[in-house]
Amino acid sequence: MHKELDDKEPVGSVKVMAPTGMLGAGFPEATIDRGLELGADVISVDGGSTDSGPYYLGSSQPKTTRAAVARDLRVLLRAAARANIPLIVGSCGTSGTDDGVDWVAGIVTEILADEGLDLRVARIYSEQDANALKERLESGHIHPLPPHGDLEPETLESCTHIVGMMGHEPIVAALEAGAQVVLAGRATDTAVAAAYALMKGMPAGPTWHAAKIVECGGQCTSNPRAGGVLATIDAGGFTIEPLDPAVACTPILVAAHMLYETVNPFRMREPDGTLDVGEATYAALDDRTVRVEGSRFHVADQHTVKLEGARITGYETMSFSAIRDPHILAHIEDWARLLRLMISQRVEQTLGLREDEYAFDIRLYGYNAVLKDRDPAQGPPREVGVMLLVEAPDQETATAVAKVANPLMLHLPTADMNYLPSLAFATSPAEVERGPAYEFVLHHVVDSVTPTDMFRIEIEETVHHG
Amino acid sequence: MAETGPTTLGDLAFEVRSKNAGPFWITMELFMRDAEGYGIAADAAFLNERTVAELYGVDETRIQMFRIPSLNVVKISFPRPVGQGSLRDRDIHSGQQHVPLAMLPVPTAC
Repeated sequence: MHKELDDKEPVGSVKVMAPTGMLGAGFPEATIDRGLELGADVISVDGGSTDSGPYYLGSSQPKTTRAAVARDLRVLLRAAARANIPLIVGSCGTSGTDDGVDWVAGIVTEILADEGLDLRVARIYSEQDANALKERLESGHIHPLPPHGDLEPETLESCTHIVGMMGHEPIVAALEAGAQVVLAGRATDTAVAAAYALMKGMPAGPTWHAAKIVECGGQCTSNPRAGGVLATIDAGGFTIEPLDPAVACTPILVAAHMLYETVNPFRMREPDGTLDVGEATYAALDDRTVRVEGSRFHVADQHTVKLEGARITGYETMSFSAIRDPHILAHIEDWARLLRLMISQRVEQTLGLREDEYAFDIRLYGYNAVLKDRDPAQGPPREVGVMLLVEAPDQETATAVAKVANPLMLHLPTADMNYLPSLAFATSPAEVERGPAYEFVLHHVVDSVTPTDMFRIEIEETVHHG
Repeated sequence: MAETGPTTLGDLAFEVRSKNAGPFWITMELFMRDAEGYGIAADAAFLNERTVAELYGVDETRIQMFRIPSLNVVKISFPRPVGQGSLRDRDIHSGQQHVPLAMLPVPTAC
C-alpha cells in the first residue's frame, strides 16, 4: 500500500535531486544512493528537448532508445519508492507529445509490475488542438516571440503535432492530487525541477534559478559525466553540490551555466513570469559546494504558454560519395558547380521537373560542408565527402532525383579532364530514403486562461501488486 | 586555433562554443583565459554587433551581445540563419558555428 506524501507540512528547505540532464543518458547508480543519503525530497529529470531538431515532434517519436530510458527509470523508481519521495519526468518521449507520455508511462508500468512497486502515476498531456488554438488566435490571445511575426491560422493547421510548454502548475496539481510519479508532456526544463519546491512554499527567485542550474544534471560541475547534482532551496537562496563526492561545483561553473543554451543569460521567461539573476551572487561554501543568493522572479501580468509545432516540408533522399583524387580536389568548387548544373539538366531531361518542383543540397564534407562561405580556412582538402540531399513533395520523386544524380556522383570529371574518373561511393545502394522531413513553425505564446487549463491530468488508480 | 599566423580570439580563450538556444536562436560564448583577453574580446571597438553581422551574414539589429567581466565571458546571440533540420541546415545543434568567431584575428598591439 502506498503512503500518502505529507504535502501540507511547512518545511524550511527542499532538496531537489537532478540525476542527469536527459532521461536515458545514464548516471552511476551510486549517485542516486548518495542523493537519498543527502536527504533528497524529490527527484526531477528532463526527458526531452527540441535541440536535436523538428523530426521528434513532427513524427512524435522519441530520440532515446527504450532500453536506455527503462534502465534510468528502474533505478529512479526504486529510489523514489524506497525514500517515499516523488519522481517527476518532464517532456516525456523527447517532444512531450501525448504518444511520448504514453510511451514513458508504458515503460513505468512494466517496471512497477516487475519490481512489485506500488506508486501512483500521473500523466499530464500537453498536446494542443489546432482548432482550439485558432479560436485563441482569432480572439487576439496568441503572440509571436522574436524573431517571428504574426501567426497565420493555416500554419496551425499544417502542423502534425503541437505541444504547449507547461509551467510548474500542472505538475503541482498532479502532486497535490496524490501522484508519486508525474510523467509530464512538454514542460519547461526548469518547471520540472521547480514544481515540488514551489509547492512546498520555497521562494520563486531561488527556486527557478536552482531549477535552471540543475536542469542539465552535472553540466554545472567539474565532471559532467560523473552524474547529477543536488540543490537545496531555502528562504534565502540555494546551495548546490554534485552527487559524486569526487566532483565539484565552483562559483564560476555555476554562474556560467546560466549561459548554456540561453539567448539572454540574466533573464529567462517562464510561463508564470521572468527569472532575473542579474544581481545573483555565487559563493563557495567549501571546495565543492556553492551558495547562490539574490535571484529574483518577477511575476508576469499575463501567464503565457509557449507553443511548439512541427510540420512536414517534403520527403528526403540522401546519397554519399567521396573524392580523393588531388586533381579534382584542387578544383573542387568548379567540380561542385558543374555537378549542380548537370543534376538540374538531367532531372529536367529525364523526370521533366523544373527547379521549383524539388530542391537539393550538395555538401562537401572535408571542404566547407559545415560553415560554407563562412569558413575561415584556406587551401585544398585531402579528401572530400560529397553528400547529396534531395527534397521533393513525395519520396518517389526525391529518390528518382537522387538516382538520376548517381552516375554524375560516380563519374563526373572536372572540365579539363579528358577521361571519366570513378569516385568512391560509401554504400550500395547509394541512395538512402529518409522519409518525411520536418520544420519547426511555431514560436508563439498563448495567453493562458488558467495556468493548467491547456493541460490534461490523468491519475491512475492505485494498483496493488503481489 | 591557428598554429602560426595572427593571434585569434580562440588563442586567448579557454573555450569558444556555440549551441542552439531553442529552435530559432543560436548563441555562442567566448570564455577568455584572463582579464587581459577579456579586455580584448569585450572591446566594442573590435568586436561589436556589426563585426558579428559581417562574420555570420546576419542582421546586425537582431544581434544581442552580453559582456560579463565577472566570468571573463562575451556571449553573442542571434536568430538562426537557417531553419533547424531544414534541407540547408548543416549543423542541427549549431555546435560548430563558433569557429569563425574563434578564428577571428585580434588587433595587433602597437
